[in-house]
Amino acid sequence: MAVVATRALTKRFAGGENAVDGVDIESRDGEFLVLLGPSGSGKTTVLRMIAGLEEPTSGEVWIGGRIVNRLTPRERGIAMVFQSYALYPHLSVYDNIAFPLKAQGVPRGEHEAKVGWAAEKFGIVRLLGRKPRELSGGERQRVALARALVRQPQVFLLDEPLSNLDAKLRASAREELQKFQKEIGTTAVYVTHDQVEAMALGDRVVIMDHGRVRQVGTPAEVYDDPADTFVATFLGSPAMNLLERDGVVLGFRPEHVRAGAGAEGAARFRVRCDLTEYLGSEQLAYGTLQDGGWEGREIVWRFPSWEAAPPEGSVREVFVERGRLRWFDAASGLRRAAP
Amino acid sequence: MKRWLGPALVAPAFAYIALLVGLPVVLSLYLSVSDARVGSDTTSFVGLANFSAAVRTPSFRAALAHSFLFTVVSQALVIVGATLLALSLKEAFRGRGLVRFLVLLPWVAPISLGAIGWKWLLDSLYSVVNWVLVAAGVVSAANPPMWLGEPRLAMLSVVLVHTWRTLPFATVILLAGLTSIPRDIPEAAAVDGSGFWRTHLSITLPMIRPIALVALLFGVVFTFTDMTAVYILTRGGPADATQVLPSLAFFTGILGGDLSAGAAISLFLFPLLLLGAVVLLRIAHRSEVT
Repeated sequence: MAVVATRALTKRFAGGENAVDGVDIESRDGEFLVLLGPSGSGKTTVLRMIAGLEEPTSGEVWIGGRIVNRLTPRERGIAMVFQSYALYPHLSVYDNIAFPLKAQGVPRGEHEAKVGWAAEKFGIVRLLGRKPRELSGGERQRVALARALVRQPQVFLLDEPLSNLDAKLRASAREELQKFQKEIGTTAVYVTHDQVEAMALGDRVVIMDHGRVRQVGTPAEVYDDPADTFVATFLGSPAMNLLERDGVVLGFRPEHVRAGAGAEGAARFRVRCDLTEYLGSEQLAYGTLQDGGWEGREIVWRFPSWEAAPPEGSVREVFVERGRLRWFDAASGLRRAAP
Repeated sequence: MKRWLGPALVAPAFAYIALLVGLPVVLSLYLSVSDARVGSDTTSFVGLANFSAAVRTPSFRAALAHSFLFTVVSQALVIVGATLLALSLKEAFRGRGLVRFLVLLPWVAPISLGAIGWKWLLDSLYSVVNWVLVAAGVVSAANPPMWLGEPRLAMLSVVLVHTWRTLPFATVILLAGLTSIPRDIPEAAAVDGSGFWRTHLSITLPMIRPIALVALLFGVVFTFTDMTAVYILTRGGPADATQVLPSLAFFTGILGGDLSAGAAISLFLFPLLLLGAVVLLRIAHRSEVT
């Protein structure tokens, strides 16, 4: 087990701007840390620099209390699961899982027991004789995880390991992954662009954009208290409503919009409902504000599917509790106090 | 209209193969079982007499042995050399484009030009190779090696020149194979703790084995049927020391005028090469990885 940290980590690819720009992150021991961001945000490049597959332009990578910049991947005590799984196609599942043991000179006599242990953890013992091409996507992913686990690394690095699975499998794989990480208690750094995955798996989430860290926090922190308008709109589907006026941006989540007048201090709006969507587990309504200096602004709100949807074209009173309101500076996009 | 368009478009390819490949094969099959000679206007069927006569001559048996030596040694060198070259050329380094161009040059340049260059390099009087060796003090100026005049050295020379000539093609094929391996795979091996040699010996090279087998198959069949290096450098000499089956067939059938004997010699390895091709393709197919 080990702490992973980066200090002012920067990567500039030839002829481009900084793909990673002064990133400082620090995991806690045994933590499941998720790097979340849109494509091109530099999250995978950060992971590859931690793994030693990409050389930083500047900055430091620390693993287990020492700088590892000059160490090869094999010397860093890490295991990585690739998005493509990167299984060795000409080797059987057994030989795939045994490969790290061979490569690191683990005595041959111990291979069988260790491979058996890792295979059992992921329920793939019966697949040991097969070749990767004879496996389903879910099975391949388990083999990749077993191969990462087998040599008991200090740190797990995972690069979108669920993105090649179909939606149904992804949910169960996510759950398994989380149980597994809790059980072995090894520090894991996990890269994804899927906010649901990030929220579900992460002890803490690092939100990145354009090579920079925008916010680090628990899923609840980054969702409820976004540090800026990027985080506010990147997390949540649909995104946080943002209404700008006089250099200030008012933000609130669609699920915090409720019908009625609300208590003292709540933000009150009159809104005309333009469109509703029935999504099974919930409903969404899109509307246009009618008064209070917000005329013409559009908002979206969420309400349970058992409630009657407001007729399209109807105007109603809604409110957001004071404690649910978030304020941002319009120029910088950063959080600020209520005006 | 549509019924004829397809066949019409394929017809030139068929005509090309039939006229330039099929016809000579059929003709040499016919000649090999006849007693045709240049200048005689009657031919008759003699069965396998030409083959049995050829097998009895010492020069044929020597050429057969030389053919195997020539092919096995040169293609072994090619497959090892091409693997090393392909591994080097896959890496990014300054001037890679230029090096790739230079490596391809022997294959792109007309072989007659290249081989004549080698003839001069290895010449008994003006040999650049000897000049360098003498200057380096490796051989004595009084008695330099006769590269094309001594049987063993002559064989070595034709093998090396043929290796030089066929190396680029194999390199390009292997390079294509290596390039087709996703970057993730060697990276996963590196993270798994594998160094340079293990990554290549256990992972990437086994992955390109099917394509390497195809390259080897091409090289072997091509080498067994090629006489360019031998013909230009030594004409099979000295004293038939470098004579291979294709050159023997050419000297016997075309220059010697014994068409039927030449045809028999040139067809001698045809069944063997066909078998070899089928076997290699089956192996390549079976070890195919996705």
